[in-house]
Amino acid sequence: MKRWFGSLCIMATIVLACLSTRAWAQDQSIVVASTTSTQDSGLFDYLLPIVKQKTGVEVKVLAQGTGQALDTARRGDADVVFVHAKSAEERFLTEGFGVKRYPVMYNDFVVIGPQDDPAGIKGKDVLTALQTIRTKAAPFVSRGDRSGTHIAELKLWKEAGVDIENDHGPWYKEIGQGMGAALNMASASNAYVLSDRGTWLAFHNRGDLAVLVEGDKRLFNQYGVMLVNPTKYPMVKKEAGQRFINWLISPDGQSVIAGYKINGQQLFYPNANDPNG
Amino acid sequence: MNDFAQALDTAASLIGHFDPELREIVVLSLGVSLTASFLAFAIGAPLGTALAVYRFRGKGALIVVANALLGLPPVVVGLAVYLMLSRSGPLGSLGILFTPTAMVIAQAVLCVPIVIALVHRVMVEVWASYGDALLVDGASRLGATWPLMCIGHEGLLTAFLAAFGRAIAELGAIIIVGGNVRGYTRTMTTAIALETSKGDLSFALALGIILVILSMTVSALSFFFGRVLTGR
Repeated sequence: MKRWFGSLCIMATIVLACLSTRAWAQDQSIVVASTTSTQDSGLFDYLLPIVKQKTGVEVKVLAQGTGQALDTARRGDADVVFVHAKSAEERFLTEGFGVKRYPVMYNDFVVIGPQDDPAGIKGKDVLTALQTIRTKAAPFVSRGDRSGTHIAELKLWKEAGVDIENDHGPWYKEIGQGMGAALNMASASNAYVLSDRGTWLAFHNRGDLAVLVEGDKRLFNQYGVMLVNPTKYPMVKKEAGQRFINWLISPDGQSVIAGYKINGQQLFYPNANDPNG
Repeated sequence: MNDFAQALDTAASLIGHFDPELREIVVLSLGVSLTASFLAFAIGAPLGTALAVYRFRGKGALIVVANALLGLPPVVVGLAVYLMLSRSGPLGSLGILFTPTAMVIAQAVLCVPIVIALVHRVMVEVWASYGDALLVDGASRLGATWPLMCIGHEGLLTAFLAAFGRAIAELGAIIIVGGNVRGYTRTMTTAIALETSKGDLSFALALGIILVILSMTVSALSFFFGRVLTGR
């Protein structure tokens, strides 16, 4: 009996030690706080082995919404942020948490909805489409999580002249979750939803959903990357982090990003050289 | 129903092909949950027994608290552990946030109340039957703890399995402190959550089926070893 308990304790200590050493062994690893869109679209699954091979940096991705990713970085728990809400990123910089913002790539948002389009928004420009959804009180799923997509959605409502904060009813469902979860809900309840194209292309539970509004230049979706300020948080892995960023914006990295396709369709368009990115 | 059928098919094929990423996830899930359960057991079983054996002021209140902690929300525990281990938190310099160690800690915190409450329940019965005999034999209350645990070992096994069950099925805490990082802190439950959010519902279900099979295997093995170790 004593022997049994003793060996149990030893086993537990060994397992714990093994798990810990594996964790501590990664000094060349960085934590990148990023969005659910970069994860759910499969971009990181494709990109990270290449990053490891070319730079030796092991990237651990935290897929959170842009808002949460920036907050994680504000606590110093990430080394790099890779998100898509320029206004939030610039505020992050002015608050002193980031070193410099580099544009990396862009894609676009699309308005998804049921194929038979009960609200009749297909082919319209995005502002008219949103106004129509509001007028007809068509079910609409919102990310509600301060993610890049959510921030873009709120901006579009504002431009469409809808005060969505105060002027919504049960048709507007704020779920506070990632893009995949939002698409799942839209699929299950035949609702409209704003999505980034990358996540949509990689999404497998489409049900009756289809792209209804696209191509509007207001649906432009820019991604940027920043190193978390090592002056604020000395534990930030600044060399490995900067190496990752430098590769992303290098011609090599940019062409690798462009090479990511699903069913022959490119998901992200590199634009590190764009001064307006 | 189509999703379920497809899920069974996917599960069979994943197991059959010994998919390497699945293997990684399974090993991590078992490693984290078993370690957390052992830790919780090592801490909780003696405490639960002591709670049954000793008499002291506030004992009743402590029992109430231990049972109330059974309802501790995992996501809140996850948040609390995260804030402790965050680089801007008190234990940030340990650098164990987003590692399996952090997940073990969070799960152990959740499982300790389970072990204490269940062990206490078992030991109250055992103490009622054997306590007087042990004390008359000359054992102090502290000395009686170990023999008591031996007598009540079946109840202890149940407590351990209850803790393990809670740990292996846990999602809320470990997704916060672990971050669901591919290849490092992705367990079965966090992978299921991820696949669901990618719309791969039948794949998520397949992982769920495998998780249940895993859980049942551990449970069966524990009972088997319990029998072997006590020579029955």
